Amino acid sequence: MTGVRILVGTRKGAFVLTADGARSEWQIDGPHFGGWEIYHVKGSPADPDRIYASQSTGWFGQLIQRSDDGGRRWTPVGNEFRYAGEAGTHQWYDGTPHPWEFARVWHLEPSLTDPDTVYAGVEDAALFRSVDGGRSWSELAGLRGHGSGPAWQPGAGGMCLHTIVSDPADVERMWVAISAAGVFRTDDGGQSWRPANRGLHSEQIPDPDAEVGHCVHRIALHPSRPNVLFMQKHWDVMRSDDGGESWYEISGDLPSDFGFPIAVHAHDPETVYVVPIKSDAEHYPPDARLRVYRSRTGGHEWQPLTAGLPQADCYVNVLRDAMAVDRLDPCGLYFGTTGGQVYASADGGDHWSAIVRDLPAVLSVEVQELP
Amino acid sequence: MIRVVLPAHLRTLARVQGEVRLDVGEPVTLRAVLDALEDRHPELRGTIRDQVSRRRRPFVRFFACEDDLSHDPPERCLPDAVTRGDEPLIVLGAMAGG
Repeated sequence: MTGVRILVGTRKGAFVLTADGARSEWQIDGPHFGGWEIYHVKGSPADPDRIYASQSTGWFGQLIQRSDDGGRRWTPVGNEFRYAGEAGTHQWYDGTPHPWEFARVWHLEPSLTDPDTVYAGVEDAALFRSVDGGRSWSELAGLRGHGSGPAWQPGAGGMCLHTIVSDPADVERMWVAISAAGVFRTDDGGQSWRPANRGLHSEQIPDPDAEVGHCVHRIALHPSRPNVLFMQKHWDVMRSDDGGESWYEISGDLPSDFGFPIAVHAHDPETVYVVPIKSDAEHYPPDARLRVYRSRTGGHEWQPLTAGLPQADCYVNVLRDAMAVDRLDPCGLYFGTTGGQVYASADGGDHWSAIVRDLPAVLSVEVQELP
Repeated sequence: MIRVVLPAHLRTLARVQGEVRLDVGEPVTLRAVLDALEDRHPELRGTIRDQVSRRRRPFVRFFACEDDLSHDPPERCLPDAVTRGDEPLIVLGAMAGG
């Protein structure tokens, strides 16, 4: 591999950051789609030149952009997201029924093997799939239709399906996460789904141990061990060793177990990263110090990583889709902040530097290794 | 020839500069003009009208001849000055910051 390409979605456009394998000198291209909210940009694992972007504004709605040349040129593709059948209702913030209404695409997850197949997680929460490179979209309606849909309710950011994880060992298995409903798993390629939230405990819902209703912020796995899942929940960092059948807490000695992203080291499945945030009411780092925490033991014991990160007067947040790892050796880590900084570490988190400091608020960060 | 003025974001998306000029058969209604616009520029589908309901998006407005046509029925004919090409149909995003 000769280098990396970072795909950054922001409140006001997309940026593409490239570097060679040393990951010390960066070229910054953009903004693409200037002025639009770019919730997510992600490349196909099967073809790094194929990239999908979610572009939206409150004025002009949702667009999906596709690049076939690594992010230099873009073409708008299909943007018709029509819920299957009767859309029905979910719960509003006050618990009253509220009609399902499409708002935007939060997350685009290209297939691990086919560049033309891509999944879209949307608000109001549903999962769509395209098998023609984004030209047309069909809802995988078994997710909303499995029974608990009318009980789902929005988190503060809206009722969004924000996380899509494919099992690299089983093409039929996927997990998705919804705020605030929780994790759902399919074992038949998306036709049928069931909740996967046993062991989660949330004081913000009437039954803290309910089957659905948990505000899961992000889940992640290591490709070599897909039965082990890590989760950053609204509060609590969690782990499952049985593919989501059950979860247990691994927050351990973190200064706060509230946060948004979670990531797994590319070469060590027991090394996990989180970015603690002070609380659900104060979305900035504890003690105004931006610290990534690393566990080398699969949880419980965490080590602050601070070299090169601001350790005073820092009040940014790191959103759920705004952290990524590359597969180079040593493993590289990247995250973006609501203050517009994109930080990189080329040594597994030991040292950090800002690639760029003054972008619009960063919504998402993904990384591609270049051949 | 019907003249349509698009907001900056949609001009960029459609890769046009200045006004869009469209041939629209009689009767020249708002719906007919938007249909012709989307036929010429498919990338605009969903940006002015919702893809599913076909209704005007809430933050989009339609002005012509110093009148606000945003709440007119889409099958109503546009003003004669627009039909003759003397005045443009203006599509714009509601005023807001951010």
